[in-house]
Amino acid sequence: MSGKKSLWSDLHKSLFEKKPLVLTVGVLVTVSIGGIVEIAPLFYLDSTIEEVEGVRPYTPLEQLGRDIYIREGCYNCHSQMIRPLRDEVERYGHYSLAAESMYDHPFQWGSKRTGPDLARIGGLYSDEWHRDHMRRPQSVVPESVMPAYPFLENSELAFDNVEANLRALRTVGVPYDNGMLEAAVSDVETQLDPYAEDYDGFQERYPGAVMRDFDGNPDQVTELDALIAYLQVLGTMVDFSTYEAEADENLR
Amino acid sequence: MISAQGLKRAGSDPSTAIVLLITILGAIWSLFAAAYAPDAAMRGQSWLILGGFLTGIFLLVGSIAGGGVITDEREYNENLIKAGVIASLFWGVAGLLVGVVIAFQLAFPVLNIEAFGFTNFGRLRPLHTSAVIFAFGGNVLLATSFYVVQRTCRTRIAGGIWPWFVFWGYQFFILIAASGYLIGITQGKEYAEPEWYADIWLTLVWVVYLLVFLGTLWKRKEKHIYVANWFFLAFIVTIAVLHVINNLSMPVSWVGSRSYSAFAGVQDALIQWWYGHNAVGFFLTAGFLGIMYYFIPKRVNRPVYSYRLSIIHFWSLIFIYIWAGPHHLHYTALPEWAQTLGMTFSIMLWMPSWGGMINGLMTLSGAWDKLRTDPVVRMLVMSVAFYGMSTFEGPVMSIRAVNALSHYTDWTIGHVHSGALGWVGFVSFGALYCLVPWLWKRKGMYSKALVDWHFWIATIGILLYITSMWTAGILQGLWWRTYDALGFLEYSFVETVEAMFIPYVIRAVGGVLYLAGALIMVYNVYRTVRGDEVEDDENVVEQPALQPAQ
Repeated sequence: MSGKKSLWSDLHKSLFEKKPLVLTVGVLVTVSIGGIVEIAPLFYLDSTIEEVEGVRPYTPLEQLGRDIYIREGCYNCHSQMIRPLRDEVERYGHYSLAAESMYDHPFQWGSKRTGPDLARIGGLYSDEWHRDHMRRPQSVVPESVMPAYPFLENSELAFDNVEANLRALRTVGVPYDNGMLEAAVSDVETQLDPYAEDYDGFQERYPGAVMRDFDGNPDQVTELDALIAYLQVLGTMVDFSTYEAEADENLR
Repeated sequence: MISAQGLKRAGSDPSTAIVLLITILGAIWSLFAAAYAPDAAMRGQSWLILGGFLTGIFLLVGSIAGGGVITDEREYNENLIKAGVIASLFWGVAGLLVGVVIAFQLAFPVLNIEAFGFTNFGRLRPLHTSAVIFAFGGNVLLATSFYVVQRTCRTRIAGGIWPWFVFWGYQFFILIAASGYLIGITQGKEYAEPEWYADIWLTLVWVVYLLVFLGTLWKRKEKHIYVANWFFLAFIVTIAVLHVINNLSMPVSWVGSRSYSAFAGVQDALIQWWYGHNAVGFFLTAGFLGIMYYFIPKRVNRPVYSYRLSIIHFWSLIFIYIWAGPHHLHYTALPEWAQTLGMTFSIMLWMPSWGGMINGLMTLSGAWDKLRTDPVVRMLVMSVAFYGMSTFEGPVMSIRAVNALSHYTDWTIGHVHSGALGWVGFVSFGALYCLVPWLWKRKGMYSKALVDWHFWIATIGILLYITSMWTAGILQGLWWRTYDALGFLEYSFVETVEAMFIPYVIRAVGGVLYLAGALIMVYNVYRTVRGDEVEDDENVVEQPALQPAQ
């Protein structure tokens, strides 16, 4: 053994192998480096999320639908992240932009496609199709292995407390203003009624949000209303007919 | 003569009082949650949580009335390890069973019982992953780390009642998490599904775990800290950091179940996969490498192959692993520089991984014949072989061009399971087969032949699993990108779903075999513990009692 090597291993022996706290600190420092280098810049590099027009916070109904999406574990089988690969863009639409999930707490990009990607499912199918599909997926896609969710259309949506949900989201950075918070509960019902009194106010708060009765049952606000409202907004906020991927500001 | 000085009752010591205080506070919180929770799920679950805390209070008061927990410094705490072994077996079977159920659900969707949402795949899959990783794997790690740290430090575990708090607190966490998934309580982040209150509870348990571990190292009677303990310590420390940061969130109400992640979109994605990949790196790798570094040398009665390789293995593994997360986000909206860093370090990770594999395998130098005579050694060696295979496959899949095909497919599932069933599962079974005769003072397992049966049935199960998932994943990846002569996509998505039927059935059969192996083990352990006549196994050497301090 050369002298140099034994010095090094002596040091290891007398420090890390003798002093538990030194070993603990050594581990902490060693494992911190990679995380800091990779994660910290994402919070200050402007190029991480390129701003695009149209991305807005979810309406209260859409957000509650998103909570149901999470509750049922849809992310276990569906991704929401279209990669810039030829086949994906042709199958699912324009590749996903970072800005499109900037208000997603948590993100739902997913990691597995047992079912297809849903990043741009919004507007692709009618509400009626979604209703049938949730009731029994095999009725519209016979080969599907998706579980059925018939209970959603019979479950009353709990939205009395939705203002608190939006408030929590505001705390973590979603730009809900006071008006949005105050109107949160009534906005759930407003979005379900295309002839609602507060139509203009709602559209001002959530520009372009689709307003209609999603579950086909105007007498009741159900979980299916919320879930379909969420699915129908996915990927529709950015207008890709005017978005230019090749424009200078979008090229890194 | 041994003095009675070491014998101590913990009844009046502060640790019992603090644990009692924690359980009382917990009970009060769950009463508030039962009364004021804004969501129905929490109103339901709060009763379960209250029940857990009340049970804790009941047991603690009973223990105090009975004179307190006995802490005999002259002996190792082996009851703690026995409890860990039993919990490992219980959760192992439970987790594998749910895995088999969801595997069949994917082949036969009718098995998602329509009437109630809670049997749907989306809710059962997190139940499976959490049960096998955190409940089974976690209990194996608790049991083995508590055993190894006592033995290699030649001292009783530190902290009076606290190690028991860690054990029961951890089971309680599992119960809260698992029941939550079924009634729809989840954060929606993979492998980090438990909601904020379960996360806080786990943080508390985990910090105590760290302190108990450190406390035992501090009062050790050995000069040096053994290599297995470096890995256990790195696992405990890093998991604490990952868990706390990834789970930062804002609860909707202090008595409600729902919370929203502190991070969104791209940042949330990277933090999640920094967590997710290092749950693999530190929970499922570093921790289980600690097992490898103790149980393989012990069972084959040979020193670790290379001390210097252990040092290099340790530091390079923990340094490099932490960078690998972004390979889960190739071609996504994550900036490309981060993807490239993740890929580079993932490929570099191959080296320390194989360094560790070599260190484990070469420990058998001069004892290779045991591979033929001792099925437990065979299990341990097979686990290291699977470790080598999946840590080679991993870097390959982290290459962007390969990942373009493999990502989102069942290849990933196959890869995870070659690591989980082959490496984590087998090294755990091997360690448990060592521990059972040692702890219950038997000359061997009830049946060596049944250990052999377990080994072969489980191995065939793994092979069915990973080969079917390779086929499935590569087929998905290729079909999704196949173009016809006219330049149109050849296959609709649902055609690839349909093509999965046979691979999914084969996978489920593989899972059944693996579960069958585990059930054989449970039976074998049961007969051994019950004290039925065991075979005299020359590979089982009675472990020495604690040498009294001078």
